[in-house]
Amino acid sequence: MTDLTNNPSSADSADYGEDTVWVQEIAFIDSVPRWIAMTFVFLVFIGTWQFVTSFGFVSPIILPTPLETLLDMIFVGKNLVTGGYMLTSLWITMLEVFYGFALAIAIGFTLGVLVGETAFGEKAVMPYLVAIDTMPKVAFAPLFVAWLGFGIESKVALAAFIATFPIVVGTAAGLHAADENARMLFKTMGATRMQTLIKMKLPMGLPQIFTGLKIGAVGVMAGAITGEFLGGGKGFGELIRIAASQLNTPRVFSLIFYLSFVGLALYLVVQFTQRKVVFWHKERVGSHDG
Amino acid sequence: MSTALAYKETGAPLGAPVYELNRVSKTYARNLVVALEDVDLTLRHGSFTSVIGSSGCGKSTLLKIMAGLIPPTQGRVVLQGEPVTGPRRDIGMMFQQATLFPWKTAVENILLPIEIRDGKAAAKAALGRANKLLDMVGLQGFENVYPNELSGGMAQRASICRMLITEPAVLLLDEPFSALDELSRDMMNMELQRICREQDATAFLVTHSIQEAVILSDEIVVMKPRPGRVAEIVKVDLPRPRTLEMMTTPKFGEIVEYIRGQLDKGEDM
Repeated sequence: MTDLTNNPSSADSADYGEDTVWVQEIAFIDSVPRWIAMTFVFLVFIGTWQFVTSFGFVSPIILPTPLETLLDMIFVGKNLVTGGYMLTSLWITMLEVFYGFALAIAIGFTLGVLVGETAFGEKAVMPYLVAIDTMPKVAFAPLFVAWLGFGIESKVALAAFIATFPIVVGTAAGLHAADENARMLFKTMGATRMQTLIKMKLPMGLPQIFTGLKIGAVGVMAGAITGEFLGGGKGFGELIRIAASQLNTPRVFSLIFYLSFVGLALYLVVQFTQRKVVFWHKERVGSHDG
Repeated sequence: MSTALAYKETGAPLGAPVYELNRVSKTYARNLVVALEDVDLTLRHGSFTSVIGSSGCGKSTLLKIMAGLIPPTQGRVVLQGEPVTGPRRDIGMMFQQATLFPWKTAVENILLPIEIRDGKAAAKAALGRANKLLDMVGLQGFENVYPNELSGGMAQRASICRMLITEPAVLLLDEPFSALDELSRDMMNMELQRICREQDATAFLVTHSIQEAVILSDEIVVMKPRPGRVAEIVKVDLPRPRTLEMMTTPKFGEIVEYIRGQLDKGEDM
């Protein structure tokens, strides 16, 4: 039993006891905590950034140094905290996102139920939705500006327009998630169509519906900002556009940084709601439960 | 039209007829496949009947007709003196999958048929009955557990309760334990026998397993495909209550062999 010739690390074999001939090897990355690995990647990223900028590979007008960006982030942060003009802009953008998302949920869910639940919707309406969904939807932005003007409405409309489709598709797909057994069971119980929808199909489809909501949450941000780029106004997108036109790249970077906080917050709100509502469904993405 | 049906003496066990089928046929309009042809069947009160046959012999069609899920093309389908024209409260059904809904606790799942038919208040009123059923299947203490935390066997026990909560006159069992491992399956079959005796239930089981059919049934309906029809009804005169040990007796083996022979005969058609 003490045939240690197979053991590549026979020198340390004394640690493993007499009967151990084949020692399980643990990959290095598995032994490193996630936060250390993430910090490492972050440092490499900042290091490369610093290297590229401070040695003059890239003009400072195109790419500011990490320090410049940090200082500008502090400046923008101060303005936001003290209720400066940037906070007003951020508030406008957040309102656009909020109204756009609410509108997208209302329209998307209703349309999704109609399409997913009726044979007519499935047959006649769904192909159009899929066709529109494949279009680059931001291209509609000038149209919304022409229809609704330069105010908040055109941005809300574009944001809602972009976010509606994933919610429709998610809801329609969710209604088809119920398996044959569940449908048969509800039939044997003499359930009405409404009961089947509310008590079985919708709850069973919630995971897909929330997937649609998450994709929509990402899209609604993109819609609002695109709307601001193209339709002016007083939102955060306008601040970014102005900063970029003045070649104030540190400002652009820090504005984007704060903007992504809003997007992340919205996404996390949806995810948190999902965990509360769909408590029985364990997500298998694993990126947040590492 | 009458195909030669080799009837054995069926020697009806026990009580009065509960479920009667006369010359029931089913032709699917879509592809003109004759799924069932002239099926005659009588389920008597307190009896356990199994149907066995290769796939395509029409046994699921038969079950769906008996459950009131699809109409027959021809024939009489009568349960407790009333023609079956749709799903009914006095028909209980159980599937291969437990099909418990993960957002409801065990007891809420069991009360679902009442909730659907009579509303939430009636379901609340039936809570005591649901708990009694849970006790009977050995799930006491699991009332408020979500299905995710139940094993496959426990989930099927809960779905037995859900089937029984409306106090049906007939139990239609569609391969209820075939998704379980063999050890659990044997145990659940014995449980099923006990529950059927306690409830004095009339049961109708669709299965792929000859052994399972023989150990549980008073009568076994052997079906053949193309067109789906009853080839023979075999009476199982093993004493009750049945035990798993009976599966090793020569008599049991004889019946199993006989049915296997009957099933094989159809294969060259």
